[in-house]
Amino acid sequence: MAEWVINHKKAFCATGGRPGDAEQRSIIFIHGAGMDHICWNLQSRWFAWHGWSVLVPDLPGHGRSEGRALLSIEQMCSWIGKLMDAAGIKTTTLVGHSMGSAVVLHVAADMADRVDGIALLGAADVMPVHPGLLEMAQRNDPQAYELVTSWAHGQQAHFGHNQQPGIWILGNARQLMRRNRPGVLFSDLNACNTWTKGAKVIGKVKCPAVIIVGECDQMTTPKRAQKVVDMLPNGRRFILQDCGHMMMQEQPGQTLDALISAFVKAV
Amino acid sequence: MVDPKFMKFDTCALHAGYRPEATTGARSVPIHQTASYVFRDTDHATSLFNLERAGHVDSRISNPTIAVLEERVSALEGGVGAVCTASGQAALHLGIVTLMGSGGHIVASSKLDGDTNHMFLQTLPRFGITVTLVDPSDHKAIKRAIRKSTRLVYGETLGNPGLEVFNIPAVAEIAHQADVPLMVDNTFATPYLCRPFEMGADIVVHSLTKFMAGHGIAIGGVLVDGGSFDWETAGKFPTLTEPYTGYHGLDFAEDFGPAAMICRARAEGLRDFGACLSPMNAFYILQGIETLSVRMARHTTNAQSIAEFLKEHPSVDSVVYPGLSSHSDYELAKKQLTKGCGAVLSLGIKGGYEAVRIFIENLNVFSHLANVGDAKSLVIHPASTTHQQMSKESLKQAGIRKEMVRLSVGLEDLDDLINDLKQALRMSQQ
Ligand SMILES: Cc1ncc(COP(=O)(O)O)c(C=O)c1O
Repeated sequence: MAEWVINHKKAFCATGGRPGDAEQRSIIFIHGAGMDHICWNLQSRWFAWHGWSVLVPDLPGHGRSEGRALLSIEQMCSWIGKLMDAAGIKTTTLVGHSMGSAVVLHVAADMADRVDGIALLGAADVMPVHPGLLEMAQRNDPQAYELVTSWAHGQQAHFGHNQQPGIWILGNARQLMRRNRPGVLFSDLNACNTWTKGAKVIGKVKCPAVIIVGECDQMTTPKRAQKVVDMLPNGRRFILQDCGHMMMQEQPGQTLDALISAFVKAV
Repeated sequence: MVDPKFMKFDTCALHAGYRPEATTGARSVPIHQTASYVFRDTDHATSLFNLERAGHVDSRISNPTIAVLEERVSALEGGVGAVCTASGQAALHLGIVTLMGSGGHIVASSKLDGDTNHMFLQTLPRFGITVTLVDPSDHKAIKRAIRKSTRLVYGETLGNPGLEVFNIPAVAEIAHQADVPLMVDNTFATPYLCRPFEMGADIVVHSLTKFMAGHGIAIGGVLVDGGSFDWETAGKFPTLTEPYTGYHGLDFAEDFGPAAMICRARAEGLRDFGACLSPMNAFYILQGIETLSVRMARHTTNAQSIAEFLKEHPSVDSVVYPGLSSHSDYELAKKQLTKGCGAVLSLGIKGGYEAVRIFIENLNVFSHLANVGDAKSLVIHPASTTHQQMSKESLKQAGIRKEMVRLSVGLEDLDDLINDLKQALRMSQQ
């Protein structure tokens, strides 16, 4: 792991189980709403042990990072820029899930010379949040975690049969959600809900991009993801079957293989 | 109103952990009778071994049939994940050695299964792990028994054979105040009757051999992680929060978060101690779990009726069952075991050990053997068998008397069970 101080607060990053160094290619994984670095554990380790310098940050207020959750995707984008400065990263590959994919789009648009490739998982050009869920999250009602866990996983994932032996995917996701500090899930969902610059930033992205789509994703639907693909000049699409919004856990192997074929085999 | 949609308990008992496989379409869970798994290429092999990818390497560490069972029990208990083991004892051992080494200390309920009692008082001390047994109803004593070196508080949902009801919420609170997790043996209740995680427990173990499987044909156990204990804040579980040289510096809490404990139990415990379940036994146990709810409902009503019958019988001097108002934990049971008190009960027979001997030897429907939780009814005399190796003092502490007989009530027709008991009781008094 690695830690820096950003905006006077501790910023925690997992590193995939080994420290990276400046000579290696950099890759940064950015989590979604109410998540933290743990959601990338079945992808980030592979990169760290295959010659990449890996950073998996906990956004402010999440996981092991201090501070309050950031209020907008733009603020998160600027925070990632500061993290790259602090870590001495000149150029990087960026991978983002859900809210994290919106952050990736902003970084790729605003700091184009520092981003050599992006992967968008569970992505869309807009991310409206169900008003009932938003209201529950605002009240810090624990049912909000149940709702997100229920909706984020595809119908097939509700049966389990996980690639990670013996892990009950819904139970694990629920406990990860329950670790959130009060207010954090609402803050994230609100940042998604009020994000309006999707189309604009997508139009500015020049680097190669892959979009990894869960066939049964009901939060960022394949239809919405297709819009993103169509708007990107350099977009490639991977469709994961029997997969909802939580592809990193629902189809960890296929998700990793898609990332490898995008960034490693393609090189 | 928006509602989360999760499969409910009975559906999970039939479906959790398995989807028909695309290649064969097999509706039933296939028995993957294989020791190992072909790698796609050398990189795939290396990454699986280094936990960079999810998948199976070796059936000692994981197996697809066993994984279905692990997910199913996790779903029924409401945990994050599970590791199946060769027996209930192996599950308990795996849980303990994942959390502590030499110098560790456990505070446990004194109302324990006989073999657990041996492990705690005689075997674990040889490896530097000590256990203090405490009356589980004496909460002040539990608090007092917790020391700096305590790494676990432990109890059984229902004591064996006294059927004491373990006050999970109260003991969980005491344990958590000391930054120590609570582990509960839920064998006698099963998640159908009691879900310890919802009451504050952090880890659950089962002997799957018993009610979970329900058929008495396979030995097995499981360790389930509730995923709610904060190992990092507790600051006394280096196996989970410090880099592990056994996996190139892997920090389980950092990498696996809520599943840290169960991932370490598999990665280290199954790899090094190797007390894995067999795929065949996992398959048998899965067949049993499919009918858990219907079986437990019947077990419980049969047991309640038998307890009430015995209570009125002139040859019986005591009946120990928390579903009877005479049991000291009757009120607690009403709160904690809302669907019934399970199917194990104890009775004292007038006439001392000789009457007990005649009673047991004259039962025809009840089988005389050392087990509980079979679909068939069972009987045993704990003091001379399952709890035989315990000292006099331990027997007294556990509340096990010489004239005590333990019944595990099965699914037979209630009339046949009562008739069998009636005639054996008559013989015992002649
Ligand atoms: C409550 C309880 N826990 C654990 C065990 C040990 O289980 P196994 O025989 O599967 O090792 C038993 C066995 O009698 C038991 O009754």
